[in-house]
Amino acid sequence: MTPRRDPQLDLEDGAGIYEDTGELFPGGSPSSAIAVTDLTTTAREIVEGAFPPMWVRGEVTDFKAHRSGHWYFSLRDRTSQVRAVIWAREARRLPAPPDEGMQVVAFGRLTVYAARCEMQFAISRLDAEGDGLRQKALEITRKRLAADGLLAPERKRDLPAFPRTIAVITSPDGAALKDIIAVVRKRGMGVRLVVIPAAVQGDTAVPELCRALDRVARWGEAEVVIIGRGGGAREDLWAFNDERVARAVAACPVPTISAVGHETDITICDLVADLRAPTPSAAAEAVTRSRPELVATLRQLHHRLRSGVLTAVGDASTRLDRASRGFARTAGTTVERKRARIESAAGQLHALSPVATLARGYAVSRGLDGRTLSSADDFSAGDAYDLVVRDGVVRSSVVAVNPRAPEQQ
Amino acid sequence: MKTFETRLTRLEAIVAELQAKDVDLARALELFEEGVECLRGASEELGKAEATVKRLVEKTDGTFRVADAGR
Repeated sequence: MTPRRDPQLDLEDGAGIYEDTGELFPGGSPSSAIAVTDLTTTAREIVEGAFPPMWVRGEVTDFKAHRSGHWYFSLRDRTSQVRAVIWAREARRLPAPPDEGMQVVAFGRLTVYAARCEMQFAISRLDAEGDGLRQKALEITRKRLAADGLLAPERKRDLPAFPRTIAVITSPDGAALKDIIAVVRKRGMGVRLVVIPAAVQGDTAVPELCRALDRVARWGEAEVVIIGRGGGAREDLWAFNDERVARAVAACPVPTISAVGHETDITICDLVADLRAPTPSAAAEAVTRSRPELVATLRQLHHRLRSGVLTAVGDASTRLDRASRGFARTAGTTVERKRARIESAAGQLHALSPVATLARGYAVSRGLDGRTLSSADDFSAGDAYDLVVRDGVVRSSVVAVNPRAPEQQ
Repeated sequence: MKTFETRLTRLEAIVAELQAKDVDLARALELFEEGVECLRGASEELGKAEATVKRLVEKTDGTFRVADAGR
């Protein structure tokens, strides 16, 4: 056989070689032809074995969320595309489905669907550029909560100033709980801190947080509840951005304080809670008052109480003063009036006095016993009597008595 | 039982009433006495009372028990 130089035809040369080698290789001869399934299965083994799981960059296109929960789409760049799938189990963990045209990096394995010999990239993690998926999820959740009025500022309830029973929903092993306990032990006079353990990250975090909130509600003894965790990567805080957790916080009959991560981490849970504390320690400080602070409060109240009563006593004594001065004034007026009356009476008395009459030339007869003798019957001949005149008394004696009434007209 | 908070709240109300204009003297003295009583109670409570850390345990019948934190 003449060797051919045309590379296009090398394959046929090869076929000839395999033909020659006969039964040694499966598919090496018509008689050893392999089944389609063997071909696709082998392809799968080779392809899947050749590529370790890896990150792939591309643009999302033809996105479809299947009813089963699986997400199907393609990843593409300018010239190529590959089918991609996110199985429901993984899809549930992602904050939100990607948008059409979104630039993403996807971590997955190149797989072969043997039944069709189709390659598809099976994705387990998906990050959009600029954390787009989380931003999108946050926006969606925020909008839904806002539509239900759960973010309205007027929903915020006041926290009790001195709660005696404080519930804490957090991981029993976390830094947050340690910080809260430290603050409460230091400041929280007589406070009962009751821990309701819940996972704060991972797959179980959302249901556990929701269940813990439900327990606080059903238990009914807590006066305030702190829900939170210490700082961590953004995805570690993600449960606190979950809509179910946010709704459970909003529905909690007990006033809530959200304390998630550090000051800069703001979660949906923070927006829904009655108070957002920058850290778990700050949450504990918000519902406990330090002893010195309380001592100062009591001292100040004591002072105000004293000054209050002194003012009241002072007011009363001022009123008493004013009243007594008023009384004196009133009394004085009365005396004046009485004096005037007395004087006028005295004048009248003077007018009525016989002294004035006597001055006009009349005289009054008096018996020696001082009785005024005004009738003829008062006299008997020979009796001695006094005749009182203007300027003296004339002892006289009765010569004769003629009873008649000379003044009757 | 009167808590620290109820005492303090009452005390604040008393002071407010006392500082209002035209409090009758008898009423003022009555308020003062009650206020002093509240102060005494609150100060006493301030003296004791350490914080305690517990753990909420839900029983199978859905009722709750507050147990020692145990760690």
